[in-house]
Amino acid sequence: MKNLILISIVIAAIFLVGCNEQEYKPKSKAVYMLLDTSGTYTEELSKAQKIINYLLMSLNSGDSIAVARIDSGGFSEKDIVAKVTFDSRPSTVNEQKRAFKRKMDAFIETAKGSAHTDISGGILQAGEYLTETGADERYTLIFSDLEEDLEKGYVRDFLIPLVDIKVIALNVTKLRSDNVDPRDYLHRLDAWEQRVQQGGGSWKVVNDLERLESLLKL
Amino acid sequence: MDVMDLLMLWSDSPGVSFAIWLAVLVFIMYLARTPAHQLIYSVSGTLRSALRLAARSLRKMEERLSARNKEVILSNGRDTAERAIEREFHRVNAVVSRDLAEYPAIHREIKEAVDRIEADYQNASDVPPLPPAWLDAVDTISKVAKGGDSTVARILENIAETLEDAHKETLKAYQDSSRERHGLLKEMQPEWRKLQQSVGQAQGAVAGLDERTQSIDTHMRHYEEIRSGEDHAARMLTSSSLTQFFISGLVLVIAILGGVINFQLIALPMSEMVGGTSQLGPVRTADVAAMVIIMVEVAMGLFLLESLRITRLFPVIGSMDDAMRKRMIVITFSILFILASIEASLAYMRDLLAMDREAIAQSLAGSGVVEAQFRWIPSIGQMVMGFILPFTLAFVAIPLESFIHSSRTVMGLAMAGLLRSIAFVLRLLGNVSYQMGKVLVSLYDLVIMLPLRIEQMVIGLGKNREPSPIEDYEDELPVDALPTKHSKK
Repeated sequence: MKNLILISIVIAAIFLVGCNEQEYKPKSKAVYMLLDTSGTYTEELSKAQKIINYLLMSLNSGDSIAVARIDSGGFSEKDIVAKVTFDSRPSTVNEQKRAFKRKMDAFIETAKGSAHTDISGGILQAGEYLTETGADERYTLIFSDLEEDLEKGYVRDFLIPLVDIKVIALNVTKLRSDNVDPRDYLHRLDAWEQRVQQGGGSWKVVNDLERLESLLKL
Repeated sequence: MDVMDLLMLWSDSPGVSFAIWLAVLVFIMYLARTPAHQLIYSVSGTLRSALRLAARSLRKMEERLSARNKEVILSNGRDTAERAIEREFHRVNAVVSRDLAEYPAIHREIKEAVDRIEADYQNASDVPPLPPAWLDAVDTISKVAKGGDSTVARILENIAETLEDAHKETLKAYQDSSRERHGLLKEMQPEWRKLQQSVGQAQGAVAGLDERTQSIDTHMRHYEEIRSGEDHAARMLTSSSLTQFFISGLVLVIAILGGVINFQLIALPMSEMVGGTSQLGPVRTADVAAMVIIMVEVAMGLFLLESLRITRLFPVIGSMDDAMRKRMIVITFSILFILASIEASLAYMRDLLAMDREAIAQSLAGSGVVEAQFRWIPSIGQMVMGFILPFTLAFVAIPLESFIHSSRTVMGLAMAGLLRSIAFVLRLLGNVSYQMGKVLVSLYDLVIMLPLRIEQMVIGLGKNREPSPIEDYEDELPVDALPTKHSKK
C-alpha cells in the first residue's frame, strides 16, 4: 500500500510539474537568403542552389527559410521566391522540403538578370521577415558580389535595423575593377560590415563554399 | 608600541633581548607548570572522553541497526520460507486432488481385477476328469485269458475296444478342459497388466507425495531456524540477500538498457503525434511522451505480475479476491497488448520516417535516390522489437522486487559498516588526543628543563629517585581526567 501511494505521488508530481511548466519552443532558426540576379552574377546561381540544399538539410521542425532575389527594387514581398516554416511533424517537414526544392530548381532554371541591384532593400526586407518569424537565431545570407547599383530615385542611405541578425555574405566575387585596384573590393566589404554593425547585426564573409558546415554557426 | 619594540625591551641587541624574553617565558612556564599540566590533561582527557562517548553512541546505534537488519533479514527469510512451504502445500494439494482423488476408483479397479483373477484362477484349477468307475472291472475282464472260445474272445475284444474308446474320450475331455483353462489363464493377462498399471499409478502418486513431504520437511527446518532467530540462518539469509542484490541489480541494468532501446525506437515517431517542436521544461514533449509510454508499460507489467501473485509489491492487489484479480489480469494484459501494438506501429513509422529522411537527404545532396535491397528486414525487425520489448519490460517487476527487498538489507549493512568505521575513527582520535596531551606535557617540561633540574638539585639532593614529571602529574590528576588509565584497571 505504501509503495502504491509513493508511486502515485511521484507520478502525480511529474504530471503536475509537467503541467505547470510553461511550454516553450526549442531554439528555432530563421534564414533569409538573398540571391543576386543582376548581370553576369546570374551564372553563379547554380552555386546558390547548393547552399539552399544545404540549408534545407540543416533546418528542422519549427525553423523558417525564405529565398528572395535581389533586383532593381529589393524591398518588396514580390521578390520572395519561396518561403516556408517547417511543420512540427517530421513527415510534413520532408514534404515541405521537397516542395521548396522544386520551387527553387524551377526559379534557378528560369532566372533572368535584372537591370539594377538593390541589396539594401533586400536586407531591409530580410530584417522585416526575420523579425516576424520570432525565431531565436536569425540569419541573412547574401549571395552577391555586394556591388549595389540603385535605380535613380531610390533612397537607401539610412540605418537598416538588423538587431540580433547575423548577416553572412556568400561568394563575394571580385569584379574586373577589383582586380585593377583590390582596395575597392576591401572597401566594399568594409562598408557593408560597418553598415550591418551599425544596424545592430553581426557580419561574416564566406567565400569558400566547401565549408558550408560553419554557415549557421556564427 | 609594536611587536619589535616589545621584543627589544630589554636590550638593543636582539640576541640578548630574545634570551631575556626566553628566560622570562621559561620562568613563567615553570611557575605555571602544575596548572598548565592539568589544563593539558584536562583538555586531552575531555576530548578523549567526548570522542569515546560519541564512538560508544555510534556503536550502540550500529548495534541497534544491526539488530534491525537482522529482524528485516529474518522477516524476509520467514516470508520466503512461508511462500515456499505454501507452494509445496499447493503442490501436495495438486497431487492429492489430481492423483489420489482417483484412489477409490483405482482401489475398486484393483479389487475387481483381483476378484476376476481369483475367479478365473478357480476356474482354471487343473482337475483331471475321472474315468468311469466300471472301467476297472472292464479292464480286468478284458485281460482275462481268451481261451479258445471265439465268442468270448470277440466279447473281450469289444470290451477292450470300449475300454480304449473310453480312454480316448477321457483324454479328449481332459485336453478340452486344459484348453479351456489355458484360455481362461490367457484372459487373465490383461487383468494382470491392468492391476500392475493401477498399482504403479498409486505408487507414483504416493512417491510424488513423499518427495513433496521431504521438501516440506526441509523448508520447515529452515523456517524453524529462522523463527528461532539463529545466527546461522541470519548469515545465510544475509549472504543470499547480497547475492540477490547484485543479480537483481544486474538484471535491472539490462532492463534499463532495454528501456533505452525501446525509447530510441519510439521517440522519433512520437514527434509525429505530439509535434517535434514543443517542449516540457528542458525536454522535448515527444521524448516525454515516449518515456511515459515506457513507464506505463512497466507499471502495467508490475500490476500484471502482482495480479498473478508472482510479485508482492502491492499487498492491496495481492489481497483482492480471485474474481477481481482475474479482472485485473485481463485489464492489465489488454493494456499491455495495446501498448505493444502501438509500439510496433510506431517502430514501423520510425522506419518509414528514416527512409523518407534518407531519400530527401540524397535528393538534396544531388545524388539519385537509391532503393536499398532487403529494406523490409530491418522494418520487420523493428516492428517485432517494438512489440516484444513492452512484454520484456513487464517482467522487470521480478528483479525490481528482489532489488527493493535486498537493498534494505544491503543498505542496512552499509550503514552499519559506516557507523562502525566512524566509531573506530572517533576512538582512534580520542586516543590520539590523549597521547598528544602526554606529548605536550613532555614538551612543556622539556622547555622548562633547566629550572626543573635546579629545583631537583635544590630540594631533591640525596633523596631517592623522584617520579617522572608525567607520572607525578598523572597521580595528581583527578580520576575523570585519566579515562584510559582507569578503564584499563
